[in-house]
Amino acid sequence: MPLLNQQIEEENDYSLTASLDNVRNLSTILKAIHFREHATCFATKNGIKVTVENAKCVQANAFIQAGIFQEFKVQEEPVTFRINLTVLLDCLSIFGSSPMPGILTALRMCYQGYGYPLMLFLEEGGVVTVCKINTQEPEETLDFDFCSTNVINKIILQSEGLREAFSELDMTSEVLQITMSPDKPYFRLSTFGNAGSSHLDYPKDSDLMESFNCTQTQVNRYKISLLKPSTKALVLSCKVSIRTDNRGFLSLQYMIRNEDGQICFVEYYCCPDEVPESES
Amino acid sequence: MKCLVTGGNVKVLGKAVHSLSRIGDELYLEPLEDGLSLRTVNSSRSAYACFLFAPLFFQLYQAATPGQDPLRCKILMKSFLSVFRSLVMLEKTVEKCCISLNGRSSLLVVQLHCKYGVRKTHNLSFQDCESLQAVFDPASCAHMLRAPAKVLGEAILPFPLALAEVTLGIGRGHRVILRSYQEEEADSTVKAMVTEMSIGAEDFQQLQAQEGVAITFCLKEFRGLLSFAESANLSLSIHFDAPGRPAIFTITDSLLDAHFVLATLSEPSLNSQDLRSPELCRQAPQLQAHSTCHLDDFANDDIDSYMIAMETTVGSEGSRTLPSISLSPGLQPHCNSGPQSEEEDEAEPSTVPGTPPPKKFRSLFFGSILAPAHSPQGPSPVLAEDSEGEG
Repeated sequence: MPLLNQQIEEENDYSLTASLDNVRNLSTILKAIHFREHATCFATKNGIKVTVENAKCVQANAFIQAGIFQEFKVQEEPVTFRINLTVLLDCLSIFGSSPMPGILTALRMCYQGYGYPLMLFLEEGGVVTVCKINTQEPEETLDFDFCSTNVINKIILQSEGLREAFSELDMTSEVLQITMSPDKPYFRLSTFGNAGSSHLDYPKDSDLMESFNCTQTQVNRYKISLLKPSTKALVLSCKVSIRTDNRGFLSLQYMIRNEDGQICFVEYYCCPDEVPESES
Repeated sequence: MKCLVTGGNVKVLGKAVHSLSRIGDELYLEPLEDGLSLRTVNSSRSAYACFLFAPLFFQLYQAATPGQDPLRCKILMKSFLSVFRSLVMLEKTVEKCCISLNGRSSLLVVQLHCKYGVRKTHNLSFQDCESLQAVFDPASCAHMLRAPAKVLGEAILPFPLALAEVTLGIGRGHRVILRSYQEEEADSTVKAMVTEMSIGAEDFQQLQAQEGVAITFCLKEFRGLLSFAESANLSLSIHFDAPGRPAIFTITDSLLDAHFVLATLSEPSLNSQDLRSPELCRQAPQLQAHSTCHLDDFANDDIDSYMIAMETTVGSEGSRTLPSISLSPGLQPHCNSGPQSEEEDEAEPSTVPGTPPPKKFRSLFFGSILAPAHSPQGPSPVLAEDSEGEG
């Protein structure tokens, strides 16, 4: 790719350069958090973290670690910018979003620094597309202060078991109630819609349950409209870890295996809808 | 009521709910001694469907809690359908389905026992209701044909999805003809294409109909029943009579029965037409046929062959449900088998706007009849009062 090399000769000018043989390894992960137009990107030498937030109540983070990229350089840490995620995803799939066997789109991504556009060089079959996406002032992101030492209940499930449940959620219900308990019903998802209530129970000895660590009964409600977008990550993932802390905050961590067999993580945080009532 | 469905029968049940959902917005669930019946009727009362699942269909079937009267209920079709929404899921993951109706909690509980011990519980709220029954007699229909659902399913495949009605008739050489039905008002671009399928008599298991007879009915409901019959690999019988009289579609199996009764277009010109001619002439008086209970039609027809729904409501919800059965005054002569009275004539104009029928379909007549098990004072008098009030 002589053309590419020329264009990025002065590599030292860039605060971030990364290249990837298969652009889908990046675009797939970004799709998992694409429920709002804009995202904030943080790049360190460990990789890139892309954050999307909604209603100051839910936050999704996608981690693309440096190892996913064939080349990954960060000059000065941390590199932070806000970008239109829809546009970024459109550019990444400029050669088509459905994979064709044996044909990969390669990506080279450069960012010169504050105030500069994000440059994308996409190459497929000798054709190169150059995209420049204007970056925006980075916004401060929420700190959910979700600390593993405060985690009360933790469950790891095979995503398969939750996928259907989330796709069929009764959206006439305002909330999704999650019950986690060392005793029956162990792990229950409930909705309260126009037609009546629905409960989905997972026994702790189910084959879907990779691990079950619940220390005390917690019943929390989350806005269903805020949790529904996490379905995007769920469908891509193979495992999901569901945790709640002492404040009832929810953390959903999705383990996503990309086309090259590497593992990436997407994380959703959500705050509870109301103070959990002790009686339920 | 409590019943347990296992294995492949869960999908059969799901399929039945899907085909019922093409007709009505409410599902009437009634546990009977000879099985569980699921019924629905569409809002214009021109289509009625009933599935009866025999006790053998279930692993366990208990029509009523011992010592209690059997309950029946009416629930929103949408909420029941949502339980069975994904047929693939039903087939792949659901092992057992337990349906129970509890009068004390006023809940219809549908429990799906899935793979990996996952259990889904749906608590659906319901309304008490009286039995929904249509009175029809396939034996009284002059014409009848029976074919594997696959034959009919393939025959309607070429019809555009947007097509509302289809004409079924017997053409030359006893070939069964299905032709897309065109409305007179349809613009010329739509009119430009007529699709016609012709099936030889040899593809039918039974064919008792004269050449030249034809009826026109709604395709949507028919598709629903066909897709059920196809998935269950069963034969479908169609009983029909003159245009305007209801057509009865039946599926019979040792484990289940299904009856769909669909209104047919009343169009006397149709049957005499050569089925190969796409031009359908229409008589001027037909334009009036949209008045569902037009007195002339009413008086001229053999009333007994019409469907009569017996739907009454009890207690508090009576007032709420009344508007939906505003055709009920038309029923009273059915019950009495008496001639039309002056009063009916007066009640007529007020009842028609309540239930505008689709197209020129003659609505099937429904109304309110007392349920024997309940108070003999039933709602009939109430209905009469209402009608007078409106008139």
